[in-house]
Amino acid sequence: MSLSGVLNQLLQSLLVVAAAPLLMGWVNQCRAWLANRRGPGILQPYRTLHKLFHKDAALAEGASWLFRVNPYIQLGAMVLAASLVPMLAVDLPLAPAADVIALVGVFAVARVFASLAAMDIGTAFGSLGARREMFVGALAEPALLILFFNFSLVSHSTSLTTIVQTLAHQQFVLHASLAFAAVAFVMVLLAENARIPVDNPATHLELTMIHEALILEYSARHLALIEWAVAIKLFVYFAIGIACFLPWGIAQAGDWAAVPLATGLLLGKMALAGAGLAVVETVNAKLRLFRAPEFLATAFLLAMLGLLLHFVLQV
Amino acid sequence: MSSSIDGINAALAATTAWLALGMLGLLRPHSVRWVGRVLFPISAALSLVLAGIGLASVLKAPQAAVLPLGLPDLLFHVRLDPLSGFFLFLLGVTATGISIFSAGYFRTGEGTPPGLMCFQYHLFLASMGAVLLADDAYLFMVAWETMALASYFLVTTHHRLPEIRQAGFLYLLIAHVGALGILLCFGVMHGTGWQFTFDAMRTAHLAPGWSSVAFGLALFGFGAKAGMVPLHVWLPEAHPAAPSPVSALMSGVMLKTAIYGLIRVTYDLLGTIRWEWGLTVLIAGSVTTLFGVLFALMQHHLKRLLAYHSIENIGIILIGLGLSLTYIGTGHPALGALGLAAALYHTLNHAVFKSLLFLGAGSIQHVTGERELGRMGGLARWLPRTAFLFLVGSLAISALPPLNGFVSEWLTFQAALLSPALESGVLRSVIPLAAAGLALAGALTAMCFVKVYGVVFLGAPRAPKETELHDVGRWEQTGMAWLAAGCVILGLAPVPMLRLLDHVARLLIGQSLGSQALRSGWLWLTPVAAERASYNPIVFLVLIVGVTLLTFVLVRRFYHGRLRRAPAWDCGFGGLDARMQDTAEGFSQPIRHMFGPVYEMERHLPSASDAKPRFHLEIRDRFWSVLYLPLAGLVEAVSRQVGRLQAGRISIYLLYSFLTTIFLLLFV
Repeated sequence: MSLSGVLNQLLQSLLVVAAAPLLMGWVNQCRAWLANRRGPGILQPYRTLHKLFHKDAALAEGASWLFRVNPYIQLGAMVLAASLVPMLAVDLPLAPAADVIALVGVFAVARVFASLAAMDIGTAFGSLGARREMFVGALAEPALLILFFNFSLVSHSTSLTTIVQTLAHQQFVLHASLAFAAVAFVMVLLAENARIPVDNPATHLELTMIHEALILEYSARHLALIEWAVAIKLFVYFAIGIACFLPWGIAQAGDWAAVPLATGLLLGKMALAGAGLAVVETVNAKLRLFRAPEFLATAFLLAMLGLLLHFVLQV
Repeated sequence: MSSSIDGINAALAATTAWLALGMLGLLRPHSVRWVGRVLFPISAALSLVLAGIGLASVLKAPQAAVLPLGLPDLLFHVRLDPLSGFFLFLLGVTATGISIFSAGYFRTGEGTPPGLMCFQYHLFLASMGAVLLADDAYLFMVAWETMALASYFLVTTHHRLPEIRQAGFLYLLIAHVGALGILLCFGVMHGTGWQFTFDAMRTAHLAPGWSSVAFGLALFGFGAKAGMVPLHVWLPEAHPAAPSPVSALMSGVMLKTAIYGLIRVTYDLLGTIRWEWGLTVLIAGSVTTLFGVLFALMQHHLKRLLAYHSIENIGIILIGLGLSLTYIGTGHPALGALGLAAALYHTLNHAVFKSLLFLGAGSIQHVTGERELGRMGGLARWLPRTAFLFLVGSLAISALPPLNGFVSEWLTFQAALLSPALESGVLRSVIPLAAAGLALAGALTAMCFVKVYGVVFLGAPRAPKETELHDVGRWEQTGMAWLAAGCVILGLAPVPMLRLLDHVARLLIGQSLGSQALRSGWLWLTPVAAERASYNPIVFLVLIVGVTLLTFVLVRRFYHGRLRRAPAWDCGFGGLDARMQDTAEGFSQPIRHMFGPVYEMERHLPSASDAKPRFHLEIRDRFWSVLYLPLAGLVEAVSRQVGRLQAGRISIYLLYSFLTTIFLLLFV
């Protein structure tokens, strides 16, 4: 464990925690522009968080410790996830603690606790949200796992740092299986981050909402922590996508001089990805809830096809 | 006495002591104090000793002995090697928790008196110990049948209820059909000159065809005991019928003796392993896994649900074994060792968390008297400790890091991802399909346990409570806490465990995990090589907990901790009540919708004009209508034909005797 590794780890984790609301603000601003609105500005999420932290928390009667602990667990899990994905450089001292399978496990932990907390109070919305969230997760999680298996077959490793090293710092090969994985990844990203077409982050319509139903009873600092965790989750998903599909620019181990450039590149790629997400969300309509399983089953099958293709084509 | 004999003598002594404890229970069969407060705590201590003996013998060379018991020309042979040592460890660890729990659980009431139950319970434990120690087919079968009979009587503890007698009968039937398979398997494998010691079977060389026949019979026989699809039908009937500690013992340990038997026969006795066997086990395992979890999601009876999850987990173990056999059969013993280690690790994990969950289910049933999920809700308020321990078990079975279920599934995935090492294209692509099935099953399990925990412990109570409920007593809590601690320790310290399993692999395969494996110290789990994959549950836990605490402190420091209680948001309509929560059926409805063709459903939907609207849904196992009922019909038809021989007239019977005599005179 080198000093530069530790510094890099700290820098990255802090960057993610600090910049995640900015990304959220950027996506919302882009959506506003695309809808011909002026938008609140990209700093709005910070103002919202600040406001929420100042308010008194209202806790539903009958809420247990699980409900109160959950927001902190959400943030903890997402910060852990953010520490595992190579974003600026590949030498992360914490990265070997969890490979891609365990990374999927981190998201699963967060999802399970969020759903349990939603069922804690015993309202119709809470259990509705929990049911939908677990159902979407039950299909998205295996799809994510299998598309990671595609990478593992290409790079002979399930460790994200090795995957990035193989893809970014070795000779470029076009892998057909990864094209399938890329499409599947975008679909999983949309579903897991509660974006259109699976969910709509901007609505409270009971017929369609998933994530918002899950956190309906939260207020003030608890809500702020959850919103922050949601922003980090989106950032981490983008970072996973960048690490897997556009890894060029991520610094080699010990290459301290390349880190500033890598930071700039990362922010640039994030901005592009955020704009892309806004476009996807603007041009698509939300699916009926019953169609969401088909959407996710498609992602699952695409990832599987990628696996089979890998064996058929032998690359 | 030399130290090499010590281990096996100690194991035999512990097994015999169990039997003696059971006998002591018969002295005062109706005294709950005698059985519960004296015998069961001793039994728990004994189990702990046995676990220690098992653990020690994993590291030692095999020890064998011949007992002065048995048939005149076939004395009982016993042997303690790393494999049986590992399973004895599993038996001991699990039985410790269950016996502590039982100390507070059994009380007088309907059914078998506690002293008799204590006898059956210990006979069951001792027979499982004997199965693991047996080194000849005769002792193995005697112990196996004793195990089946003891558990049959335990299942039918509440024998006054007709459905419990029925469940017991089904269990006994399938147990015996399976035992027949095992018996025939030993018959095929017998050594030269009809020798039935396992040593003779190890040295006997079977023709490839015959060894495949033996393997098929073993898979059938042990699969019936383990709950492999399509021989699983007894599990969801027998587990709910038995008292909870017995269900825990059956699901946690008895199913594992079947896994032990399969491993013993395939790896140890048959010798040369073929990849076709691996493929068969892999496919059977994948089907069993998905079937188990999909049906578990549909259950609204807690113990039935857990029983279906046992089927699922047996499937996961079989996937690991299938991978291992495939790799060994194609000449990759190091990869085979990884698959075997994953399967054994999951065997131990399942024993621990499933026993915990069954004991939790028993506690709930004890406190509330309810078995249906639809009448529970909000129990965490009254049973906070049980709720917490059950949560640990639920997270462990859902394969969430950093608990134990995750480690073994992670190892299974790692074994599956090594499939590019194989030459055959078909095998290479079938294995990732199995991994995909496992991934889906894992996510569905998480959904199922969110449902269970949410419906049982969270929310508002669905049925009115007449009296104040009280959490279970100290004994029960301690028993469950022991198993919950097992879930945490097995999750946080996978490397020492894997080193232990390496000894078993070395015995069975003659090969340890690859030379690069487990080189990164005891904190970092690197089953193949550090670049390939690594996992460190402790960093994982410390980071999540650390960030959680840090955030908590920072929020308090920079903002405030003010809080007020208010009613839950009712959308302005008022009158939120407990019936507005999701029911267990409602929670899994999307899955029923999506995987509809898997289920055989009988549905009655209310229509708008109904005077008394009624919703009725029944989900049945297709294997009953496709396989078992036709089979039962066939057996009945054949018996009816055979029954015609019995005309009931003496002249006809005399004719039979006459014809038989003629036949014998002519041909013999």
